[in-house]
Amino acid sequence: MTARIFAYIEHKDSLADDSAAEFLSAAKKIDVAASPTAVVAGSGAGLDAVCTSLLGSYAEVWKVGNEALAYPNAELVRQALVAILPGGSILLVPHDHFGIDLSPGLSIKTNSAFVPDVVGIDGAEGSYLKLVRQEFGGQVSAHVRCDISYGAILNIRPGAFKAQEAAVSGSIVDKSPLVGTLTAKRRFLEKIAVDGGGIDISKEPVLVSIGRGIQEKDNVGIAQELADAMGAVVSCSRPVVDAKWLEKSRQVGSSGKIVKPKVYLACGISGSFQHLAGIKGNPFLVAINKNPKAPIFQVADIGIVDDILEFLPELTNQIRETCCVPSGK
Amino acid sequence: MEILVCAKRVPDTSENEIELNASGNDIERDDVVYSVNEADNYAVEEALQIVAREGGHVTVVTVGSEEDEEVLRREMAMGANQAVLLSDEAFTGSDGKGIATILKAYVTKNHFDLILTGVQAEDGAAQVGGMLAALLDYPYASLVNSIEVVDAKKLKVSREIEGGSKEVNEIDLPCVLSIQTGINEPRYVGMRGIRQVASVEIPTLGPAELGVDAGTVGEAGAKVKRVDYFVPEAGKGAEILQGKREEIIAKLIELMKAKGGLK
Repeated sequence: MTARIFAYIEHKDSLADDSAAEFLSAAKKIDVAASPTAVVAGSGAGLDAVCTSLLGSYAEVWKVGNEALAYPNAELVRQALVAILPGGSILLVPHDHFGIDLSPGLSIKTNSAFVPDVVGIDGAEGSYLKLVRQEFGGQVSAHVRCDISYGAILNIRPGAFKAQEAAVSGSIVDKSPLVGTLTAKRRFLEKIAVDGGGIDISKEPVLVSIGRGIQEKDNVGIAQELADAMGAVVSCSRPVVDAKWLEKSRQVGSSGKIVKPKVYLACGISGSFQHLAGIKGNPFLVAINKNPKAPIFQVADIGIVDDILEFLPELTNQIRETCCVPSGK
Repeated sequence: MEILVCAKRVPDTSENEIELNASGNDIERDDVVYSVNEADNYAVEEALQIVAREGGHVTVVTVGSEEDEEVLRREMAMGANQAVLLSDEAFTGSDGKGIATILKAYVTKNHFDLILTGVQAEDGAAQVGGMLAALLDYPYASLVNSIEVVDAKKLKVSREIEGGSKEVNEIDLPCVLSIQTGINEPRYVGMRGIRQVASVEIPTLGPAELGVDAGTVGEAGAKVKRVDYFVPEAGKGAEILQGKREEIIAKLIELMKAKGGLK
C-alpha cells in the first residue's frame, strides 16, 4: 500500500468541519500505517486559522490560498486540486453538498476511480480497495471493489467513521504558488438562508415528525392534532416538503434543520441517513411505521409496527383523555 | 433551448420491499415494480417548463436495455419531444464513468444547450452528471432547486446546501445540472398519455453508432464494481412494542411521560 492519502478539509467561519477528525480513522482503515495529509483551500486569515488548528492531528497540512477560493466554488477547488495532487493519490472528501459537487468531475480530471457515499472501508488488497456503501435508501448494503492503480476519490459519509484524535506536531506546507490563476464557468453570487416562518424546530423539545407514510396533504392534520395534544410541534422528512405539504423550515435532515429534541416521534419515516443526520442530542426516539424492515427501527429506542393513519388519531384521543384530566380526580 | 434529460429505470422503493436474492449477489428482482427514478421526473418536468417559456425541445435518454423503453415512453407521455435508448451488451456492468462516457458520445453527436439529470438514483451515487460535465468540459452544478434563464448564454441557478439554505450561482451554457427533488411539481401522467406514445419509434444506438470504444465502458472499463449486496448485522435496534393497539398506546404514553414528552 503506497498510495498517499489526502483529506480534503471543509471549513466555515475559520473552523474545520467535523469530517476532518473522521478522516483520520477512515485513513487508518485504508492503511493502518497511514499518516494522511490535510488539504485546506481558502483565503486570508480564516484559511491560516484552519490550517493551524489541524497541526495537532495532521502531520502535514497543505495550504492552498487564493482569493478566488474565498467561497468554495467546486469548479475552482477542482482546478486547484488537479494542480497540486500527485498522481495516484487517494483523496477523502465529505459526501455532502460540496463533495457531491466536486468529486465526480475531479475523478475524471485526475483519471482516478470515484466511490461516492462510502460508509465502511474493509481495507486494501493489492491495487484494490474494498469499500461498503448503501443502496435503496439504506435498505441494503453493498461491498464495492475499487481499482486504485490510478488513485481514487472517496466521498465519505459524514458521521460514518469515528472522530479520532492524533497526537502529532504537524507542519504547514504552502502549495498556493502551484495553483496559478483560477477561472470558472460557474460563478458564486450569494447565499440565501431559509425562512423559518416563526417556528424554529431546532429549539423544540418534543417533535412529532412525519414522512412519506402520511400519504397526502389532508392527513397532515392528524399529526398536527397529536402535536397539539402533546404540546409538541410538527416536523417532517424530505418527501413531505418535496410534495409541498409542509414548509421547508419544518424539514429535519442534512438538507434541512438540525434538531436536538428530548423526544422525537418518527411517524411514517423510513429513516434515510440524510434524515437521521438532522437528529442530534440522542433523543428518546419512537418510530411508528407499517414496514417492519424500515431502517428507522435500527436506530429508534421504541418501535411500533402500525399504520400511522390509524394509530396516531387513537394515540391523540388517548392522550386527551388521560393527560388533560387532572390526576387523582 | 435544446435540453437533454438523462433518466434511469429503477426498482420503486415506495412499491417494493428491497430484499436480497438467494445467492446474495443481487436484490430479489422477481415481481419488483420498476419506475422512473423519482428525481429524474423532476428533471423532465423542469425541462418541459423551461421549453414552455423559452421554446426548444426536450430529449430524454437512458443507458440500458429494451425494458428501459417504458420509462422513456413515460417521459414522452409527460411531454418530452423525443427519446433515445443507448443500449448494447458492451455497456453492461458500466460504472459511473462508463455511463458518463456513453452519454458523452451521444451528446457530442448532437447539439444540446442544457443537460439535466436527477440528483441521484437508487444507488445514491449522485455521480454521472458531474462526470459527464467534466468529460465534456462543461460547467456543472449539483442539487439544483431553481433555474432561471438569464439569456442565451447563461442561467441563474440555486443549489440546496446545508440547513436548507440556497447557494445562488451564475452558470454558462452549455452546462450540466443535477436536479433536486421538490424543484417543481411533476405533472401527472395518465393511461391515455401513455397510450398516445405507445407506438412511437424509439431509436436504439450502440457503440458503433456512438463511436464508443467498447473497452472503455461496461465491465471492461469499470474501475468500480459492486461485489455483492448484504444486510448488515442488525444492531440492538428498537424495542418493538407488542400487543393490542390500546395496550401499545398505554405503554407509549407511560414511556413518553417518563422521558418528558408529555406533561
